[in-house]
Amino acid sequence: MLSLSENPRFKSQDNRLKNMFHIVVCVKAVPDPEKADSIKIDPATKTLIRKDIPMVLNPIDRFALEAALNIKAERESCISVISMGPPSAEVIIKECMALGADKGYLLSDMAFGGADAFATAFTLAGGIKKLDVPDLILCGMASSDGATEWVGPQIASFLEMPVVTMVNEIEQSDEISWIVKADAENGYRRVSVRLPAVFTVTRELNQPRTLSFSGIIKARKKEVQTWNLEDLGCDSSQVGAEGSPTIVSEMEPAQNVRSCTILTGTREEKVEALFKILEESGSLKT
Amino acid sequence: MKEKNNIEGSGDIWVIADHSQNRIAGVTLQLVGKARELANALEKKAVCLILGHEITGMDLLFEAGADIVYRGDSQALQFYQQSLFTELIIDLAVKQKPDMIFLGNTHTGRELAPLLAAALGTGLSAHCVDLCLGDDGILEQKIPAYGGLMTIICPEKKPQMATCAAGVFPMPELSSGRRGKIIDLDVPEGGLDRICTLEVVEEQTSGPVLENAPLVIAGGAGMGSKEGWSLLENLAERLHAALGCTRPAVDEGWAQLDTMIGQSGKMINPEIYIGVGLSGELQHMVGIMDAKLMIAVNSDEKSPVFEQVDYGVVDDCREFIPLLIEKIENA
Repeated sequence: MLSLSENPRFKSQDNRLKNMFHIVVCVKAVPDPEKADSIKIDPATKTLIRKDIPMVLNPIDRFALEAALNIKAERESCISVISMGPPSAEVIIKECMALGADKGYLLSDMAFGGADAFATAFTLAGGIKKLDVPDLILCGMASSDGATEWVGPQIASFLEMPVVTMVNEIEQSDEISWIVKADAENGYRRVSVRLPAVFTVTRELNQPRTLSFSGIIKARKKEVQTWNLEDLGCDSSQVGAEGSPTIVSEMEPAQNVRSCTILTGTREEKVEALFKILEESGSLKT
Repeated sequence: MKEKNNIEGSGDIWVIADHSQNRIAGVTLQLVGKARELANALEKKAVCLILGHEITGMDLLFEAGADIVYRGDSQALQFYQQSLFTELIIDLAVKQKPDMIFLGNTHTGRELAPLLAAALGTGLSAHCVDLCLGDDGILEQKIPAYGGLMTIICPEKKPQMATCAAGVFPMPELSSGRRGKIIDLDVPEGGLDRICTLEVVEEQTSGPVLENAPLVIAGGAGMGSKEGWSLLENLAERLHAALGCTRPAVDEGWAQLDTMIGQSGKMINPEIYIGVGLSGELQHMVGIMDAKLMIAVNSDEKSPVFEQVDYGVVDDCREFIPLLIEKIENA
């Protein structure tokens, strides 16, 4: 396990006093959610049938980046974007840079493949360790494909930082202890947290900006730094499929137990037929 | 810890209770019921760990099937506090070596579970829709993905950890008068932590709630716009139905995250379900597949949703729904 407490940079609180606020945004390239429906399980081979689905920036990660950009508008900050993925994932980091991120890092190595949330968080934490000490790490609350919600909190765990999940409002951000609002059962919770910390964010936090032409031009000059296993100084047993405690042991296609009657006729007749079904079911009592 | 390190405890099935709303969450009892079943099969104990302040209803945990309850009851635990909760649970888990740990996917559970898994160096599957024992006693954790079910296992690390939504497992039949052992935990004073929950605020929602409504309407991307969505709000009001949604509707900002139905949202079993403008993705459908009667409205006759419901209407939702509303109004 990484031990960041051994790293003197993480022990020191002095860097809190430096002028430049460092925000790390963790992003992920995911199959375009609009087209993800077309990935299916082959009933015979029990493997995934993938059509050529383009990879895009995980939608909720935009809100994490936007939060970073909003902070940067208020105080002098450096925004680093980091992702683990195949070389093609560089595009989404470039996109983040075109939106205003200052630096981009891609953790890419065949050895990282097949990682579960645990190994992904471990690898990202390893990448973040190589950066200037972050004041704040922002993640989307979940990815549209994996949807576990575990990577953000586990990065926090490996970096020995506190985490607030599902942050929907930053209430106070001018002290070392920030106050944020986050989702809770049927409501919200207010949390005071001392930086450095990890936040995972929800869509209620802000309204992400769209790409501007000038942003795209400026981003052309920015380079994405790529790091492999060796650069991170980890062992291959700690990352990717090998470093993942969980494995997928089986995949089975869904079984359909209902048979569907399609209501036919003109629109009026269909309304009539559906109304009758609802009426007979007793759901039109009042 | 008052109880000495107990090797006999190793291999037990644990449930971390959710008491964040000052009551034992329903999902906790459902998971205790499941833990009881697995513990019987493995000849181990079902153990529940509950942290909170002025905890009541402990008997329910035993009646649902727990053999042992570890209780941390302190003012400092009134709200979920990250450092204190993780510290107490990890400390106990390292000593007792449970075989499995389950948490409800309440907001607290969703934050706590990955922190515990990372600290214990083990795997954690998210939002399982079933938990079964394989032949070798390995826990098979079922998760919907890509129009099917994926089985996740954690074969080499312990404990095997999973979160499940409320409603995945039924409320266990309570064995009245069944009791077990309560072991009180020493809770350190809540100090100046790097992170502190200051308050938890519950907000009143209007209209029927998804979990209890006999009639549920769910909408998806096919509603097309906020205006399209308001048609469903109108229909739900006319039918006294609760309105739920799929993820795209949340992404578009038409609906709130806590009205999302499915694997990572609410798992419900209403009398009647009407899905409008949604494609029938399994992640959503697992949340309502136990409804008695299921109806879908979608403009695409080839939509997979029609393979999963009892009645289907192939029509433009934004044309069809206003007409249905009119019909109900005039009835």
